[in-house]
Amino acid sequence: MKLDPLASLAVNFAILSLLAVGGANAVVPEMHRLAVERDHWMTDRDFTDLFAIASAAPGPNVLIVSLIGFKLAGVAGALVATFAMCGPSSLLTFWVTRFWQQARGAAWQGLVRKALAPITIGLYLASGWVLGRAAGTDWPAIAITVATLAILLTSKFNPLWLFGAAALLGLAGIE
Amino acid sequence: MTAISLPDPAPAEPRRVSRQELFWGFFSVGLRGFGGVMPWARQMIIEERRWLGEEEFIELFSLCNLLPGPNVANVAVALGARFQGLPGSIAAFGGLMAAPLAIVLALGALYRQYGSLPEIGPLLHDLGAVAAGLVLTAGVKLARPHRRKPLSVAVAAAAFVGVGVLHWSLIWVVLGLVPVSLLLHGGKWR
Repeated sequence: MKLDPLASLAVNFAILSLLAVGGANAVVPEMHRLAVERDHWMTDRDFTDLFAIASAAPGPNVLIVSLIGFKLAGVAGALVATFAMCGPSSLLTFWVTRFWQQARGAAWQGLVRKALAPITIGLYLASGWVLGRAAGTDWPAIAITVATLAILLTSKFNPLWLFGAAALLGLAGIE
Repeated sequence: MTAISLPDPAPAEPRRVSRQELFWGFFSVGLRGFGGVMPWARQMIIEERRWLGEEEFIELFSLCNLLPGPNVANVAVALGARFQGLPGSIAAFGGLMAAPLAIVLALGALYRQYGSLPEIGPLLHDLGAVAAGLVLTAGVKLARPHRRKPLSVAVAAAAFVGVGVLHWSLIWVVLGLVPVSLLLHGGKWR
């Protein structure tokens, strides 16, 4: 079945909304799978470019979704994708907070937290892996990814400086 | 039963926060933060505007982390609902997203116009490599405290291999792993 772009964005991101355990970054591999591998909305390079723009811009991580929508169907696509990605999870959150008082401190929360944490970890690492593979088309890019990881794990550098340094390298033609 | 009951350790009186405050509070958060705005949301909510105490925030944050979806958006929705019901949620969410969405769309339009210029390609390529490193870092930082728990390592590895290496559909990996992980951890938890 071939959906038109807006309907396809709405359906796919509404499903992802409820699967995003640990936030938008957990579902980057699935976005990549849909946008690049399955539906051929864009190339690998487009995807990493858009992810780079979303990361270097201020605001929540979910903006990658807006850019995918924009690429596919302009401003309408961006709005549809963003609301689809936030809508179902927001409704769930709204509903859950209504019985917040009863739910607070309940034992099941501890169990759910323990059970979901490793899934989130696996998905985050998968996101980093998929992005690293897509961006790491040559040695300099791989070196930048590894250096970023090493610097951020061992110091309290603001990532913005790393984006700045990478931008300078890029403008100098090193990639 | 005595008439005396201990008050909650929460603030003496519940704060009243208007829809406008919710909108502008989260508006200021949306404009801060690169590669993640949660630390800024925390600072705005606890320190700058004193909407919640530290403990209340942690409780809210953990719940919003448990729920699927963009975490900061969940915090905005939950906090808006607490103070002003549905209109509060809409105000907080709208405030959070308005400016970043406009900025990223402007950048997206620039990219569509100039993305193929020879100067821009290497620039974005290098930024993309940093962004990948940023996400990997987040994953490693999350993983560190769990590295000595064999159960967690097994579940995380399964999620990583299924989604990252084998490129399986996320829906089946998550729907398959959530019950398995609940059962495995539930056994230990009882």
